[in-house]
Parts: sequence; structure tokens; C-alpha cells
Amino acid sequence: MATVHLGATLCRPYCGDVREVQVEARNISQMLRELDKKFPGIAKQIDESMAIAIDGVIFQDTVIEPIEPDSEVHLIPKIAGG
Amino acid sequence: MNDVTLRELRVVGTRPVRPDGVDKVVGRAMFGGDAVMPGMIFGATVRSPHAHARIKKIDTSKAEAMKGVKAVVTSADFPDIPSEEAFVGEGPMNFRDLSRNLMARDKVLYDGHVVAAVAATSNSIARAAAESIEVEYEVLPHVIDEIEAAKGDAPLLHEDLFTSGLETKPSTPSNVAKRIEFVKGDLEAGFAAADKIVERTYKTAPVHQAYIEPHACVAAYNADGQCQVICSSQGQFMVRAYCAKLLGLDISEIRVTPAEIGGGFGGKTLVYLEPLALALSKKAGRPVRMIMDRTEVFRGTGPTSGGTVKVKIGAKMDGTITAADAEMYFQAGAYPGSPVQPGCMTCFAMYDLENARTIGFDVVSNRPKVAAYRAPGAPISTFATESAIDELAREIGMDPIDFRLKNAAKDGTKALYGPTFQNIGLIQTLEAAKNHPNLKEKLGPDQGRGVASGFWFNIGGESSASLNINEDGTAVLVSGSPDIGGSRASMAMMASEILGIDVSRVRPIVGDTSSVGFTHLTGGSRVTFATGTAVCEATEEVVKILKGRAAKIWEIDEEAVEWREGHAYPAGDNAGKFEPLSLADLAAKAARTGGPIAAKASVNAQGAGPGWGVHVVDVEVDRETGHVKILRYTAAQDVGRAIHPSYVEGQIQGGAVQGIGWALNEEYIYDKNGRLDNAGFLDYRVPVASDLPKIDTVMIEVPNPRHPFGAKGVGEVPIVPPMAAIANAIYDATGVRMTSLPMSPPKLRAALDAAGVGAKVAAE
Repeated sequence: MATVHLGATLCRPYCGDVREVQVEARNISQMLRELDKKFPGIAKQIDESMAIAIDGVIFQDTVIEPIEPDSEVHLIPKIAGG
Repeated sequence: MNDVTLRELRVVGTRPVRPDGVDKVVGRAMFGGDAVMPGMIFGATVRSPHAHARIKKIDTSKAEAMKGVKAVVTSADFPDIPSEEAFVGEGPMNFRDLSRNLMARDKVLYDGHVVAAVAATSNSIARAAAESIEVEYEVLPHVIDEIEAAKGDAPLLHEDLFTSGLETKPSTPSNVAKRIEFVKGDLEAGFAAADKIVERTYKTAPVHQAYIEPHACVAAYNADGQCQVICSSQGQFMVRAYCAKLLGLDISEIRVTPAEIGGGFGGKTLVYLEPLALALSKKAGRPVRMIMDRTEVFRGTGPTSGGTVKVKIGAKMDGTITAADAEMYFQAGAYPGSPVQPGCMTCFAMYDLENARTIGFDVVSNRPKVAAYRAPGAPISTFATESAIDELAREIGMDPIDFRLKNAAKDGTKALYGPTFQNIGLIQTLEAAKNHPNLKEKLGPDQGRGVASGFWFNIGGESSASLNINEDGTAVLVSGSPDIGGSRASMAMMASEILGIDVSRVRPIVGDTSSVGFTHLTGGSRVTFATGTAVCEATEEVVKILKGRAAKIWEIDEEAVEWREGHAYPAGDNAGKFEPLSLADLAAKAARTGGPIAAKASVNAQGAGPGWGVHVVDVEVDRETGHVKILRYTAAQDVGRAIHPSYVEGQIQGGAVQGIGWALNEEYIYDKNGRLDNAGFLDYRVPVASDLPKIDTVMIEVPNPRHPFGAKGVGEVPIVPPMAAIANAIYDATGVRMTSLPMSPPKLRAALDAAGVGAKVAAE
């Protein structure tokens, strides 16, 4: 199962003190569904304001990217630029 | 993944003449202010002279009665948009805030806030009409500084702003919009293990992107509800989306054409004039042109934040950093949304740290809402952390580059903000800086050398491109990215490399919103990566079509055709003996073999490689005047793969120069009423060519395998290190540590005097 790190401030209102969960998911879309079951409302927050780093590679505004069974996933604030 | 092994290529990595250069230097290029529409009239704005005030009444009657005036608008002419958060443009946005920033409703929140706009048959009539509009204000106390604004008794900008990110929601509103935190490891244990600790507070002033070309547009709201906009902007699709939202229109009703742009740097990732011009045009029944003058640009458009950053870093005597902590307050301007979040994420990214924390506060205050400026947030926080790193290196007696090498982030390092870095070139960049000949130059009296490093994420995102082969074998390449840094040349080069034809035969253009697929704006150092990916995909598709046409002509299987050097060849003897067919040959036969040869691609590019920069600067300090002269400037950067090296060097040099201005001169100066005193380039001093030596650049190529040629974004990293590098050099020259920007002559002179090392002491 993939390990999802929930350290970001944006996650706190949904998951409290939980910093890490194991999730069964083959892609980002499935991961969001599984997370939302555990922490209702978090999927919308992630979709609107967060990027997802899967094994070090950052993905943003996409739900189709694959997640491996042993992937490490970090939720980070969305990144922009100037 | 792509094979991005560094090897010599035919086009990528060379330096062809830019396709847009001649028009720009002879004045033929069409910028936003050059656009004309038949029957066009002219718009002007009415702006608040107060930093904070309630609008009691707006009397537009004199303006409406003036001959030549065709329309007057106030907030009553715009939908009252409810609060709606979205991540669009270059950062998180609340559309209600964007709407009220465009045109004040009920309250003005900064000197320069728009309260009304006028359109008339000439510029002079429009300005006279604007001046005739009478606005009655109830002036309120104001606050500008972020620390003052964060206090509980500060004048309150918004009654409904409650700090988010706290354990419990506060019961009273404040000017602190948000608190964020990133933490890793055990800070207490880390500091306990340190032999030396440096703890200091740093402050930066707000600065403007200072693009030479002011905001400009011409917009037409036609009788059938269709709108046309030609404007200077970093994103035509962004302008379209914002105008639709702010005016209550369908997106399909608006067509936006990007003009050539004279600088943006993030400052043109918002709209200021376009919705006003459209609203005026709707009322007037004529197209409306609006161009800001320089004063309006300074008073009314988003600069970046000023910030206060408190840093604490500890290390062992062997140079290992054991803990790092930073707390920062950033000004957001009139509405929430400072870049404090990326500020927190970037300032320690250059280091492999076990124990680290950053805490950030987004604070509103009475100045223009901030906009993105080249690596938003990172220069502010990194000025503080890289200054502290320098001090710590000196405390333990270690060379500043060696100290950074000892702790450098590398492949496998887990960043404070979460992900693990891959394919990064920070160590190579540090070593390149260390070995540069400039560092062998001896320093004289009052001269010093400073080093600093920097990081920026870079992004990808949605981009579209189409490649059309003309009947004579030339090509037109249309992409959706406004060219603010030479990108269209790089796009043509990548297409030319894949096609195998001369780059002069690929004409790159930037399409409007109706002529090319959706493309996210130009910013975030994304274009060569994301739009380049779309260009390569479209070009590969064209090559497939060309091979297919050759196969049809030769009556063999498509798999038996290969494409190289701009020609179709039979793939081996078994495929048959045929004379190669050039792209021109196949283009001439296009109609007879299946029709026009063209392809398009739209991507959502992911996995942009981050950028790393190391700068070394030699300065000479005039103790009498406080003037700092830059003697030598070396900027080394991991660029992935330089598609057009001259453009990459230009980005590095330009970013460094903007950082030098930020370090030494630039700041907003307000009077006691919160009005901007220096709203022009005479008193807001940016560096010019005669101020500086040539910036020496070193490009390190550690390719990103997620780009067809290994490119990484390059435009933003180079603005991150300069301020700390210069502060560190000033310390090396004088023994005085400057912790506040800008380090302008009067401030440096005062600091030297306070430390007892000013000119008088030197003379003695």
C-alpha cells in the first residue's frame, strides 16, 4: 500500500494529528477517494489547493498519474511562479 | 521517460538569431499600446488618494455631462462576486478579492485603488472627465508594515478575515489571513547538538517587477455580446478567464490576442485594465484603449511583498547543520495571498537537513495587492537564510562554498516540504562556482566577496501547440505561450531538430485564444518545459504523417520508412530502393497523398525539474557615500539542457540584475498618510546597464528526463541568491552585517557609522 504523508497545514482541519496513512490506490483519483473516506472533505481541498509528489516527482492538476504499491506520496501546497 | 543523454545536436544547443529581434529593435513590433481598433476611444481611471477609506459617495454627473465622454463605470457596473477560492493564474485567488481589487466597492484599501473609470473620444478628455468625478471618502487609519499590521490593535482591513491554519478558529478578525508551517525532525534535539548557533532577524522592502512596458490593452464589447481584447499579458487564456468571471460572461464570448510584451516577471499574471475596458466598451458601444502611465503602474499594480524573517540555524564545528528554523511575516497587500508559502518551502531547500521548520504568516496591509515576481517569496526568505548561513560558516571557520557543499541537497534528499529530489545538479553548480576564475581575483581595500545559493521549483501544466507544414516545406508553429523570454525561438529550435530542417524554415507564432488550444500562462519557468513538450509531441506526430505519405508514394509499409535529416528514407535494403523524399517534396504532394500535413498536441506536463543557482559577487564599498560597486558577478545554475544558450544566459543575467536592484536600491517609500512618494523610475531606482559589469554565467546541464531534450526552467532561480550574496560581500568588505533591504547608500553609510567603520574612521 502507498504511504501518504499528511503533514501540510492545509490537511490539518481534516485529519487532525494524523500525519501518515496507508492507502490502497493505483492512481491519484483512487487515492483521493480513499482519503476522502477516511477524512471527509479532504479530496476537494487537495484537488483545489495542493500538488501531489509521488516518489519525488511533483504532479499538479492531474488525477490520472499512477501510484505504485510501495509509492511514497506527499501532499504539498500548489506551486505557481512569476 | 526520454533519452536525454547530453550529446551534440544539430539545432538544440546552438544560437540562431531570434525571430522577433529585428522588429523589436526597429520599433515595428506590436505591443499592447500599439493596437488599434476602428472607432476606438480612450479610457482613464479615477484612483483613491487615500490608503484606507470608506467610499461615502461617488458623483459622476460632471463627467457624464462632458462633451466627448461616452461611458463612466463604477463598481455598480460589475457583478458583486461572492467569495470563491480558486487556483488560477499564478497562485491562489479569491475572485471576490480580484473583483474588488479591479474596482473598489465600499472601501478603498490603498493609495491608487481604482474607484471609477471613464471612456472618451480623446485621452485628454478622458483624463479631464476622470478628474471631474467627485468622490467623498471617510478616511480611516492605515497600516503598511507587516509586523504592525499583524498586531491585534492594527487598523482592520476586512471585517470578515479570520486567520486560517490555527488550531482553533479565532473569534475576532485580524489582518493575518493565514498561518502555515512545515516541520521535519526534532528541532530541539538538533539545536542541542549544535556547537554554534546564529539567530537573527532580517527585513526586506516591497519592490516592483519594474517591467519597462506598462499595462496596456484595447478591448471591444460588440453588440452581439462577442468581445475582443488585445493586450500585454503573460497569458491570453488567463485574461479571458478573468474577464469572463469578473463580467459574468461565457468564456467562449471573449477572444484575447496577446501582443508582444515588454516585460512581465509575474506582474502581468493578473488583470487590471481589460475588464474595465470591456465594461466601458459595453456602455460606449465603441472599442476602448487603456494604457497605464508609470505612476499608475507603481500605485495600482501588484509589487511583491515586503517581509520580516527571523532565522535560527545551528551547526557542529565540522560544518554539519544540525537544525534550521525560520519564522516569516509577508505583506499580502490589500487582499490575502502573499507568497509566504513558497517562501517557507524554498529557503532551506538547498540543504540536506534532518531537523528543520518554517512558519509563515500572510498579512494584509494598505498597499496594492501583491502579484507574483520571479520565484515569488523565495528571494525574501532566502535573503535571510543565506545571510545566516554565511554568518554560521564564518563562526565555525569554514569556506562558505565548502560549508554549502558539506550540507548540499542531492539526489535522494528529502525536502522540508516533502518530496525527495531526483536528477538535481546543486553540487555540480557549487563546484562550478568554486572553480570559476573570478574567485581567483585578489581583493583590495574595502572590497569583499560573498556567496549565496538559491532554489526554485519550476512548474509544468497545460500547454498546446500546432505545427502546420506549408506547401513549400516550410512550417508554421503555433503555440499558446506569450514570449517573455525568448521561448518562441526555443520552440522553433525543438521542432526544427525533430523535423531535421533548418530552423529558419520554422516560423513560430503565438496564437490567440481562438487559434490554439488552452495554454496556461507564461510563468513559473514553465514554457520551455511544458509548451516545449507539446511542440515536440506535435512535431513527432507530423513526422509520423510524413513517413506515412512516403510509404503511400513508395507503396510500402509505414514501418519500412525512417525519417532523418529532413528526409524520408527506406529503412534498409528490404524496404526497396527509392530516392529519399525531402519534407518539401512531401509537402508539395500533400493534397494528392491525403491532404494538409499538420498536427497538434495538448499536454498537462508534469515533473518539471527544480532549478538551483549559486552566485558569487565581488563588491567595493565607498565608506564615505555608502555606495556599493559590483566589481564581478558570477552566476552558476543547473539549467537541465540549454535549448538556446543565449536565451538561458539572458535569463540568468536578467534575474541577477533584478536581484541586485532589490538588494541595493529598490523600495517603496510611503508618506505618513500612506501615499506612495516614489511612483516613478527617477526615485524608484532600478539598475541600468551602466551600473553593472557583465554578469558571468555558468550553465550546468543535469538533464530532466521528463522533457524531450532534458530542459529545466531557468527564469526564476537567478533572482533568488543575489541579495544575500551582496550582503555577504558587504560584510566581507566592511565587517558590517546588513540585515535590512535595500542596502542603499544612506542606509549602508548609517550602518557603517554606527559600527564605527564609516569614512571618518577610515580617514583617521
